[in-house]
Order: sequence, then structure tokens, then C-alpha cells
Amino acid sequence: MLPEFELLMPRTLPEALEMLAQRAPDVMPIAGGTNVIPDLRGGRYRPACLVNVAGLPELQGVRREDGVLVIGAGVTIAEVLEDPLVAQVAPVLREAARMLASPLVRNRATVAGNLANASPAADMAPPLLVLDAEVELASVEATRRVPLKDFFVHVRRTVRQPHELITAIRVPLPPETSRARFFKVALRKADAIAVVNGAVWVEMEDGVGSREYGVRSREYGVGSKEYGEGRCRAARIALGAVAPTPIRAYEAERALEGRTLTPEVIAEAARLAAEATRTIDDIRGSAAYRRVVTEVMVQRMLAEVGRME
Amino acid sequence: MEPKLITLKVNGRTHQVALKPNVTLLRALRDLGYTDVKNGCEKGDCGACAVLLNGRAVNSCLVLAWQADGAEITTAAGLGTVDRPHPIQEALADSGGVQCGFCIPGIVVAAKALLDRNPNPTEEEIREAISGNLCRCTGYTLIVEGIQRAVQRVGEGGGQ
Repeated sequence: MLPEFELLMPRTLPEALEMLAQRAPDVMPIAGGTNVIPDLRGGRYRPACLVNVAGLPELQGVRREDGVLVIGAGVTIAEVLEDPLVAQVAPVLREAARMLASPLVRNRATVAGNLANASPAADMAPPLLVLDAEVELASVEATRRVPLKDFFVHVRRTVRQPHELITAIRVPLPPETSRARFFKVALRKADAIAVVNGAVWVEMEDGVGSREYGVRSREYGVGSKEYGEGRCRAARIALGAVAPTPIRAYEAERALEGRTLTPEVIAEAARLAAEATRTIDDIRGSAAYRRVVTEVMVQRMLAEVGRME
Repeated sequence: MEPKLITLKVNGRTHQVALKPNVTLLRALRDLGYTDVKNGCEKGDCGACAVLLNGRAVNSCLVLAWQADGAEITTAAGLGTVDRPHPIQEALADSGGVQCGFCIPGIVVAAKALLDRNPNPTEEEIREAISGNLCRCTGYTLIVEGIQRAVQRVGEGGGQ
């Protein structure tokens, strides 16, 4: 049985923000409920009041707006998976959505909720971190945007104030010459929490890494002489379940920037990524295992984005 | 924490029920007699409580009943009965995919949601569609075969 709480059912965003303001701090928004309900049952939270934001019209839909992919806070993981615009401009989000929990959960869980819950293992966090996303937070007083890299504070803690609501996730459209990959290692393929997850993103210099070059480099593969002549202009690497929050591996990113993605450069970046972790032993894996897996997976993903067109 | 009168449309029947806000859709359905909706883990891990909510398969233990006010809900028993089984139910039985049976209503719902969107799924797509449904008896092989058999029969015009 769930503990007792009051449940408010606003019909519009302004109504919801008013309710949050009036009931803060002892209030919590609920959308898909896939984290909130188990947490209520398990006693992690005991808010006096919940505000149902599922279905608020202002929070629906994925759209393109002045060079930004805007994902409404009400958009579910299943909708991300099915959305043609996401598939076109940010396929790495699709990769992560496909690995998150199970279809039953994906039909309810929202992208915003996955971030708000602030699990260190949140599957949507690494791809959104490498895409340099921002979280839009609204309250009755103001709307502010927080870079996702500054959003997480600690395990299950974010900069969101109790009277604030995530209204959208804003993803700058990645340049044409960029590529990204997501990875997740868990105890089974589906319906499992990550032992380690992460994403890598690279932007290659114009003119190289072109279609023609991409074909050639794929034929020769990693490690060949012709491979990796294209230089990396910018790189981002994000990791989950290896620290109290999802993290960026900044030193590993710097080791790639301005460099040709040779096997040696990739190996060094992967080593630095593993060094950026602060892993712990838990029921899903040991700290040492997580560090090794991080290095191996970052190395593989960088080799893959190096091969992609 | 006062009860509120809400409307649940289940398997084509409309119910008006007064419920407190902390009642999940799972508990509400079972109290209304829809005991084909099983209470397994009650935290979204096992899928035994799966129902179609406005056409999408969800864990009813993770939905507050008030959130389903006015929604169309379909349970496994709404798809077919012992006398008039749905092709998925019939094929699961014929394939020996049903052992203790506890997970089957949820599997039927997840499979129905898959076939509604993808009438000709691959084995991998079937396995992915039921990846949120735990069976502790069968190892899934016969369940997957059952769903494949249902796909075949529906393709041959054997059902809806």
C-alpha cells in the first residue's frame, strides 16, 4: 500500500506551477510515476502532496526551434524512440531510449523524469550530456535554463527547487560532421539498471571525415594507416553509474581535441575516461570492474564513431 | 485525503468509483473484479500487472488510478476468454507456453501491444516486446513460439 498523500490534478502549466509554489517545499511532481511510485512505496520520499503533471498540454511534443531540438517534459521514452525528428537529428537519444528499462516502463517514463530522478545510472543522462543539453526549469516567478552538466548535484539531488518544474529539455542541433554513440553494460540486456553506461560524441573537422573518406576508412578499419586522417575538432564523453552523478570526462575529451583518432589517441582518451570515474562496489558490480568496463567501452565507442560517416 | 469519484472504462464497461489518491490502477482494477491483472512485484519490474492504457501497454502498479480517470483500459480478459480466446491466448496455450500462468495475462497484453503496431515481428522484436515481463517457469522459449504461432494464425486470417 502506498502512504497517504494529497494529489493535485492541474489542467494547465500555470495552474501546476501555482500549486507547486503554494505547497513547496513538501511537494513533488509526478508524471509517468515509474520512479516516484516505487520510491513512495519504499519510503524514500514522504511528500504531503503530489502534483500530477502527466498530460499537461504545454509539456507535450518534440519540435525543432531555432537550431534546437526541444523535447517537452511530458514526452515519454517510447515517444523518443518513435519520433522521426529525434531519429534524424539526434539518433544517440534513440539508442539510449531503446536500452532504458522495458517497453512497459518506456510507455510511461518521461525523459524529464529520468533526469529529475537523478539516478547516477540514468540512461538518458549520458547522451544528453554529450549533446550539451539544457534543462528548462519553470516556476511562477521565472523560467531558467541550466546546462545538464550543472544540473546534477549528488545522488538523487539536482538544482531543481521544490517549486520548480522541468518544462523541456533543449538539445542544440549537432553539426553535420558530428557522430555519437551510446553504450550500456548491465546484468541483462533489458529491464536492468546499468553497471556502467555512457556516450561519446565527436565533431570532425570540415572536409575530412567526408562521405568519400568515411567509406575508405571503413574499408581499412581501425589501426590501418589510412584510418583516422580526419582530425577531431571537439569531443564529449559522458559516463553513468561510475560516480555519485552522471559525469563528463573532461580530460579524456581534451586528449581527443585537435587530434587524429588513431588507436593510440583513442586508447589514451579511454584511459583518462576511466581515471575520471569514482566507482563504488555495489550489488551490480565492483568498483574495479566498473573502471575496466569504462575504459574498454569508451575505447570501442570512440573507434566506432571514428569509423562512422 | 478524500476519495474522489473517477471513471474507469475497462474492457468496454464503464465504472464510476470513489477512490483515494494513493490507490494504484492495479489495486483499483483488482478491487473491481479484474483479477486477471496480477499483482507481482508492485514496482514495475515484472509486468504481471500490464494493461493497455489508451492502447499502450503499461504496468498498472505504476499508474495512480486518478491518472487513469476517463482512460480506456484493456486487460487480458478483455481481449479474450476461455470460451472465446484471442489468437495470442490460444496460441500460447497450444504452444505449451503457459505453465503456472501467473505472468501470462501481462505477456498477452504486451504481445497484443506489439502486434497492434507491428503485425509481423521478428523473434528479436518479440523478445524485446516482452522484456518487461518476467516468467519464472518457462525460460521464455515456448512463450516466444506461442507469440510466433499467433502471428502466423492472424496472418492467415485466423483472428482479429
